Amino acid sequence: MKRVYLDHAATTPVDPEVADAMARVLRETHGNPSSIYAEGRAARELVDRARGDVAAVLGAQPTEIVFTSGGTEADNLALRGVMKARRGLGDHLVTTAIEHHAVLDTARDLESSGQVRVTVVPVDRDGRVDPAAIAAAIEPKTTLVSVMHANNEIGTIQPISEIGAICRDRGVKLHSDAVQSVGALDFDTSRIPVDLVSVNAHKFYGPKGVGALYVRRGTRLATMQTGGGQEKGRRTGTENVAGIVGLGVALRVAAERRATESARQAGLRDRIIDGVLARVPDAILTGHRTERLPNNASFCFPGTQGESLIVALDLAGFAASSGSACTSGDTEPSHVLLALGLERHIAQGSLRLTVGRATTDADVDALLAALPPIVARLREAAAVSV
Amino acid sequence: MSGQVFVAMSGGVDSSVAAALLRERGEDVVGVWMRLVPGGGADTDAPRCCGTDEAGEDARRAAATLGIPFYALDYAEVFGRQVVDRFVDSYASGETPNPCVSCNHHVKFDALLRDVVAKFGGARLATGHYARVADAPDGTRRLLRARDAAKDQSYALYMLGQRELSRTVFPIGELASKAETREIATRWGLPTATKPDSMDICFIGGDYRDLVRDRAPRAFDTGPVERVDGSVVGQHAGIGGLTVGQRSGTGVATGERLYVLRLEPERSAAIVGTREEITRTTYELRDVSFTLGTPRGDSFATSAVLRYRGTPLAAAVEVIPDGAILRLAAPALVAPGQAVVFYEGDEVVGGGTVRAGAPG
Repeated sequence: MKRVYLDHAATTPVDPEVADAMARVLRETHGNPSSIYAEGRAARELVDRARGDVAAVLGAQPTEIVFTSGGTEADNLALRGVMKARRGLGDHLVTTAIEHHAVLDTARDLESSGQVRVTVVPVDRDGRVDPAAIAAAIEPKTTLVSVMHANNEIGTIQPISEIGAICRDRGVKLHSDAVQSVGALDFDTSRIPVDLVSVNAHKFYGPKGVGALYVRRGTRLATMQTGGGQEKGRRTGTENVAGIVGLGVALRVAAERRATESARQAGLRDRIIDGVLARVPDAILTGHRTERLPNNASFCFPGTQGESLIVALDLAGFAASSGSACTSGDTEPSHVLLALGLERHIAQGSLRLTVGRATTDADVDALLAALPPIVARLREAAAVSV
Repeated sequence: MSGQVFVAMSGGVDSSVAAALLRERGEDVVGVWMRLVPGGGADTDAPRCCGTDEAGEDARRAAATLGIPFYALDYAEVFGRQVVDRFVDSYASGETPNPCVSCNHHVKFDALLRDVVAKFGGARLATGHYARVADAPDGTRRLLRARDAAKDQSYALYMLGQRELSRTVFPIGELASKAETREIATRWGLPTATKPDSMDICFIGGDYRDLVRDRAPRAFDTGPVERVDGSVVGQHAGIGGLTVGQRSGTGVATGERLYVLRLEPERSAAIVGTREEITRTTYELRDVSFTLGTPRGDSFATSAVLRYRGTPLAAAVEVIPDGAILRLAAPALVAPGQAVVFYEGDEVVGGGTVRAGAPG
């Protein structure tokens, strides 16, 4: 059976150019970037070049890029690092109800340790944060605001520049989890007033297990782990050289293709949105209709269960997600969908379809043919069971 | 038969081998594992439970070894309601529950089977039960004992009707012995090959009384221990901890061997009697079902099995509105809440649940 992969928000296939570059590193450059001899210098040069590529795409200076093991670590480093570095000066963290667990659970963990007070700002029905609500949440003791750039489940893009302007005006640092958007959207830190940005390679056709945190010059950041002092002490541990090279190449390729590819994917996305809303009765589009990631089409189908949707679609040859962790057999509705004000039973019937570079019009046609009968069958089955 | 076969994989060797046998036959096999414990069981101390995440990982590895698709599906809500709650309610009302029967009845062959067919378009459901299903010449499907009588689990499947049996496969019921099951697991390199058999009540790690006490504390009100004539011979610590038929040693200061004859939850009383007093020939059954849908007649002779792997006893069954009367040829004991299964040779024809109440 031909497979149709529609879960690019979960992860993307590695770009062939990226895979080649990484394989070359693994085969040819074994040195430790911290070593002073030739092999070490060769590895250091690769890391520096990747740092330069990443900085260039983000409109940043190379010294502002810290490589991490991925988006989760970048988020943890941003929140824990900033709150720790400014302990005594401030203890208040502002974030939103639809953040990724890497931010929300980190905030909750800091809160439960008693070191940090947390304010969680709600979102509207489209998943947008009102900049005025952020402004209202900022207190004299607020240290950091963390607002994601684009949501991983519903694709809604936040007015990050407006929020950044408010934070700058109030003297508060702004962190943005841009794991879903960097690569797909322009994210230029020379124009957006943001202080920390989380990036994850495998969301833009790079390898898993490597990410980066942009840290604007002048932003104090305490380290989370102690050791050999790599990454200027901000993220110690021997560098994942091949992964870092892969991240650099992947981000450079993504930036080169961004204009044409994002427009093409947005066309596929809109075909899915219009097609599903036209063909599946009572389908609800989740997230903002236009201010959303170019590859994200997400829905709720009342009367269905996300877990069943994913299984039925997989059996029919489609890889999709319910937008929440469903691999473990957990059917708790997503906190993002609940934050939109959706009722639990509606939020349980969620489906996230995210297109990518390899997605074609034919794939969308196949999906639009397969999905409506699956939803109808699941609704019928659910109506029978009590 | 064509179409996909879904295998309910518990993480144990039996269901893993069931999936392996179907693969060997060239069937289009899909593995499913049911999460039965809310939150994955990280905080339970029930290591044998097939519904914990740890068991799910075993099932996932077995499916990967077999090269079949695998899904972990959440049935914690229905399991909690239909198995655990019923278990507690049953003890609290003076009965002795049979959670394996509840699980087969309400979870595996109801919720799961319905989902497999209606939601996922599956043709059949296979499980790792030691039992067989055969096509009769008249076109009906018959439930039979496993070829290995020592492992036979047909007792706990008596509630299956034609609708379920027509879509059910028990691949390992055809195997000669458990040794053969393990041999197949070893041949496939299944990681579950050497896993010990599950025992006891799968969702309880320690003493079942702790669960009942926690959920239904009133079942542990103390009360009188009485003889049939009403004379009080002692005190008990709560009917939730008693089972009809068990030796009633504590608090009974007589020279006789006394057993629990009956529990009366409304006044927290336990009635005890001698072996002769507690065994009966007549029992009333509720929730009676027949594998063919209807009984062969209003009354019929049968071999009745009163407990899991119990000896078949000669009996007659009389079907009455809302149940049946079981008349055993010789006195025997079975607790209210337990299943009585009707066999004809190796075939299960039906069964029911022993109704609580005064001797008939």
